[in-house]
Amino acid sequence: MSAESIQCHFQDPHTTLGDTMTDIAETLAKQQKEISIAEFFEKNKQILGFDSQTKSLITAVKEGVDNSLDACEEARILPDIYVELTETEKGEYKIVIEDNGPGIVKRQIANVFGRLLYGSRFHAIRQSRGQQGIGISAVVMYSQLTTGKPALIISKTKSEEVAHFVKLVLDIKRNRPDIIEEDFRIWDGKLHGTRIEVHVKGRYVAGKQSILEYLRATAIVNPHVQITFKDPNGGTISLPRVTEDLPKETIESKPHPEGIELGQFMSMAKASEHRKLTAFLVNEFSRVSPRVAKEICDAANVPENRSPKRMSLEEASSLLKAIGTVKIMAPKTDCLTPIGETLIRKGLRNVLEGLKPGYYAPPVSRSPSVYSGHPFLAEVGIVYGGQLPKDQQVEILRFGNRVPLLYQQGADVITKAITEVDWRRYGLEQRGGKGIPFGPAIILVHIASTQLPFTSEAKEAIANLDPIRDEIVRALRLCARNLKTHLGKKAKRSKTREKFDIVQILLPEIARKAASIVGKPVPDLGKTVTEIMNVVWIDDNIEYSKRRHKVAIRIHNYMSTGQKFNVHAVVPGKALDRKRIQPEPDSVNGDKLTWNLKRIPSTEIVTITFELVGLDQDEYSDTEIFISDINHASVIGAEPLPGDWDLDGTGQYSLFSFGDAADEDEVEEIEEDDDENGVDYDEQTEVISDEE
Amino acid sequence: MKNEERHHRAVDELYKIADDIYNQIDRGQIPKMSIPLRSKKNIQFAPRKGVWKYGSMHGVRSAKKMTGAYMLLRTMYMLEFIQGMVKDSKSSTLREMYYISEGWGNAKFGSQDESNNLAEDLEIVTTCMREDFKLRPEEDGARVIGNLTLEEMNRKGEKKKINLRDDVGDSGYGIPFNVEKDKITLLNTDAKFIIAIETGGMFDRLVENGFDEKYNAIILHLKGQPARSTRRFMKRLNEEMNLPVVVFTDGDPWSFRIFSSIAYGAIKTAHISEYLATPTAMYCGITTSDILNYDLPTDKLNPQDIKALESELTDPRFKDRFWKDEIELMLKIGKKAEQQALAKYGLDFVTDKYLPEKLTELGILQ
Repeated sequence: MSAESIQCHFQDPHTTLGDTMTDIAETLAKQQKEISIAEFFEKNKQILGFDSQTKSLITAVKEGVDNSLDACEEARILPDIYVELTETEKGEYKIVIEDNGPGIVKRQIANVFGRLLYGSRFHAIRQSRGQQGIGISAVVMYSQLTTGKPALIISKTKSEEVAHFVKLVLDIKRNRPDIIEEDFRIWDGKLHGTRIEVHVKGRYVAGKQSILEYLRATAIVNPHVQITFKDPNGGTISLPRVTEDLPKETIESKPHPEGIELGQFMSMAKASEHRKLTAFLVNEFSRVSPRVAKEICDAANVPENRSPKRMSLEEASSLLKAIGTVKIMAPKTDCLTPIGETLIRKGLRNVLEGLKPGYYAPPVSRSPSVYSGHPFLAEVGIVYGGQLPKDQQVEILRFGNRVPLLYQQGADVITKAITEVDWRRYGLEQRGGKGIPFGPAIILVHIASTQLPFTSEAKEAIANLDPIRDEIVRALRLCARNLKTHLGKKAKRSKTREKFDIVQILLPEIARKAASIVGKPVPDLGKTVTEIMNVVWIDDNIEYSKRRHKVAIRIHNYMSTGQKFNVHAVVPGKALDRKRIQPEPDSVNGDKLTWNLKRIPSTEIVTITFELVGLDQDEYSDTEIFISDINHASVIGAEPLPGDWDLDGTGQYSLFSFGDAADEDEVEEIEEDDDENGVDYDEQTEVISDEE
Repeated sequence: MKNEERHHRAVDELYKIADDIYNQIDRGQIPKMSIPLRSKKNIQFAPRKGVWKYGSMHGVRSAKKMTGAYMLLRTMYMLEFIQGMVKDSKSSTLREMYYISEGWGNAKFGSQDESNNLAEDLEIVTTCMREDFKLRPEEDGARVIGNLTLEEMNRKGEKKKINLRDDVGDSGYGIPFNVEKDKITLLNTDAKFIIAIETGGMFDRLVENGFDEKYNAIILHLKGQPARSTRRFMKRLNEEMNLPVVVFTDGDPWSFRIFSSIAYGAIKTAHISEYLATPTAMYCGITTSDILNYDLPTDKLNPQDIKALESELTDPRFKDRFWKDEIELMLKIGKKAEQQALAKYGLDFVTDKYLPEKLTELGILQ
């Protein structure tokens, strides 16, 4: 539901109404009156997320915190948020939310908190938590509806000496703030910030779908935030700041022409100050160059110098069609802030709360895409295995513009996308290849957009739109493919481990017994061992102490002949101790180290060591090892060097840069070179048993 | 061939296996053993012998894989164990060997089936019999009642004459695991045929009803899938005394397999089919047609039954018209029946009506 549709005046010039119909319409018109937005929301509280006692409390906190975070980030301040809940009477809570944001100037305080649809971000094309300017004023409205108590606001900006204090209610009929009391206050030691205090009816719960869960989830994707929460039972929980880096500043942008709707296009044209169509297209849309604008006009067969104000409906609609056929650059990405790989990793680690997972699939951040003219992007992270519970549905963490989505999982595009992927091919259980998969995994999905299409103003679920779902599915598949590669590697390793057992335990025994039966000396096993193993085995061992990761890569040549090849490792270059690399690498290119190894004779081992300084222990848990100049099928523990590595020479390397292959939904499989002539005797399955 | 010679030949053959493995390792190869595939895909009819034998498909048991390496190690242990028994003039049951393998460390068997199978593998590779390896089954042979006189060597080494009708109790004569000529000599009989019965209940019914005397029959209890000695005993009676063998079982897929292992040779023992199978054996019932013709009480086929029937349709031994029709009909009606279902018409029905009718049909009775 958007504000426009509440009081929209529908005009259709193509319909001629009969006389009788006109009469009825006249009669109806007498009964019709404009209802205020506030009145509308009062009657439809659930739209704003106030549909149950428990949820109302969470929604109130959420709106307050979202507001504070947006304000801080816009002002480039590291957010420090304080949330306090006190049960003042049975079933009534006082909620306090205080931030260190820029504060609000005096004349705007009342409007921000006491007027629905009043906000700074309503028309801005940029990614932010709040969009409509409804959230916090709805909390004030809900507060006065359930308890009759006014809201107390204190706010101070940096330039002002003192803070402003406002006590207000919302005039629901007029949708205007009604100020009860206004004053100056001294705010002890506070440079700037805002504090709101409201009283609401509600029920406090712990556990799933609780305030704490919401705050925790918020901290996961906002590691630059510090949150202190005082719960009604007197406990205090601090969620400390993990990074001092604020998310990249988002830049406001103009709408992208692709997917824009006719109505919006027309109203933009009507409001435009440009006199020529091409100027209008170039200046009011992003990614439209004069050349593109001309192309659009040509394709639509509309004169370039047509005044946008005078443009007809037909012309507008053929322009929209033309936009679909002209190649236009993807929307600018600088209006979106992805969480990013590192922080998704960190965030997931936080959720686990001590559970040791087996594997973090490298998170995937897709490049931005468009729906209805709005840029958006999808990000996915998966943790798998280890101590995560095996026999239940995977845990899904949903985020929209860095805000955790706790409710309406079933209706959400993220859930829909997850159920659409056939997880069976990526190593998870899923009945019939549909639905939420089962297995030891947590899937995190974040959608960032300048305008998230929520299913309601309560912003609980993102609408199931095809372009968004498709992007999520792509991101999921990419990430899952990493998972599958890992599982495949694990399976391959365990197969090779078996071979170790064979050559180290079984083969010597077979040889000993055979020798004893035939009464001859035990034969030499060396050649047979390499025949059985027939691999180069690479493993890495990481030791951590005194903020140093000591990494040892061991390369065992279990092939029957000497092997000469190159080994590459991807490491955080900044942390690399260049003086402690053994042997000296033949090239260091950004994060990539390369050794052109000398021939390793059959059955011999070569060890490469290096050290990383100053990282947290969990920042480095697995060395990405690649090999080149050798048949990768005979190497266990390293991947073939991707062919397009480093072609741009920047030394920038990302596991995902060649990942679009996942779009084909085809996962290549490396065949084992295990075919013997003849069937493996012990694997025959079709033996007819004559026994009952 | 005398027993001593047989044992020494077996030891020689086993030595060859160990030597082969030794030489492969010595040459730097991955040790492996080639064994005929023991599956229904690899059995073929040997027209001269009238039985089914293993074909030419071989499987490789190689130390390249975990399972193969384990089997080779077990093979070495088993060779050594047999070598030891021959040297010390001892013998053991298959079950004893399974328990002895507990002390073989990594070569320990997971189940007795595994050790029995390996013993059979060795029979196949060496063309010896497991008795030559000083291994014997603990399986007890079946029970027999009927007017047949034979001479059996008892434990004291004395030949003892036994009439299988007059010298035995109600449970009949128990077939020993060794039924070869050095142990048992068949003397004389007035019986016209052997009727081999799947279940103990039906065996007892025929005994109680005096079926053997009335129809000059030798009644034999198969005890389910018959042991080697039971099949060998039937074959000797069939060949030496010229007695036709009639098989009377339940009407279900598993009983069809009992018949096929008697008449055609079992897949597991296809290397010695000519020694165990009685190609002229006839199937008397219960057939699927019997279920319909006699309107017998039935049970529904369970999923395993259906799988077994479907598997039989691709088993070359069941390729003839009769079996194809019976199996397909059973799948169609989805039902099976026990031998005892005949009791629906009274205790004497089987001996007075069903068997005389069926045996006449088969040409056993006139």
